[in-house]
Amino acid sequence: MINVVFFAALREQLDCSELTVSSENITTVADLKRQLASKSEQWQTLFGNTSLLSAINHEMVDDEQVIKSGDEVAFFPPVTGG
Amino acid sequence: MKNRYPEREARKPSVHPEREERTVEGRQASFDKLRTNGKDENGTKIKIMNQEISIQTSDFSLSDEVALLEQDNASDGAIVTFTGRVRNHNNGMDVSGLTLEYYPGMTEKLLAKIINTAKTRWNIGRVKVIHRIGELSIGEQIVFVGVTSKHRHDAFAANEFIMDFLKVQAPFWKKERTEQGESWLDAKATDDTKAQKW
Repeated sequence: MINVVFFAALREQLDCSELTVSSENITTVADLKRQLASKSEQWQTLFGNTSLLSAINHEMVDDEQVIKSGDEVAFFPPVTGG
Repeated sequence: MKNRYPEREARKPSVHPEREERTVEGRQASFDKLRTNGKDENGTKIKIMNQEISIQTSDFSLSDEVALLEQDNASDGAIVTFTGRVRNHNNGMDVSGLTLEYYPGMTEKLLAKIINTAKTRWNIGRVKVIHRIGELSIGEQIVFVGVTSKHRHDAFAANEFIMDFLKVQAPFWKKERTEQGESWLDAKATDDTKAQKW
C-alpha cells in the first residue's frame, strides 16, 4: 500500500487529507497522479496542475521517481511560509 | 482510518494565548519552557548541539531568544535576529489574519537541511529557527531566525540565507483572511529569484 497525504489548498479542494492506494500498477509518481486523477473531473483538474509539488518520505521528488509499497507520498502547492 | 496527523486536525482555531505579563517570574518561566526539549501538543521542538528548530502555536519572546543565544556563549561576538510579523495588507487588500499549515515531519527535516547548508557556507555558532502555526492575527510574530558568529558578516549572511530558503523550501502554507473571505496565498516568483542568488 501507498500512503498519500495532501496539504493546504489542494487538501481543501480535494476535501481529503489522506488516503491509501494499492501499489499494484503504480511504479512512479506520474502513475500515482494518473490514478488519482481518474477519480473525478475535479481530481483530474487538480492533478493536471503543473505547479503541484510531490514528496516521497519527506524528500522532494519529480514525476519520474519510483514509489515503493509502504512509502508516504505527499502532494502540495508551492510553499508560502515565513 | 486513524488520523496520523493530529496536528493537522489541531489547525482549527487554537485559542490564542494572551501575551503573558513580562514579570521577572513570567520571563523565567518561559525561559525554562524554551529550554525544554521534546514534542508538545501543538508542534515540535528539535534541539541538537548549537541548533534548535521549533514549530509552535504559541508566541515567542525576542528577548528570551536572544538571551538563549547569548547564554554561555562568550566566543561569539555577533548575534543577528530576524522576526517576521503578520502584515495588515497584501496585494492591495486589507488582511485581518492568517492561518498557517505545515507538513509535520518534513518541515522540520527541511529546516534542518537549510541550517546545515548555512553551517557549511559560513562560520556560525548557534542557530535558532521558530515558525508558528495555526491562527495568527495582525501584528503577531510568525517566524524567528537567530544566528550567532564570531564576527558579524557570517551571522548576517547566514541569517538571510536561512530565511530566504525557508521561504521557498520549507512546507508551510498561509491562508489569508480578508473582507472578501479566506484564500490560500500564491508563491511569489520574487522569493524564488532571491533564493537563487545564493
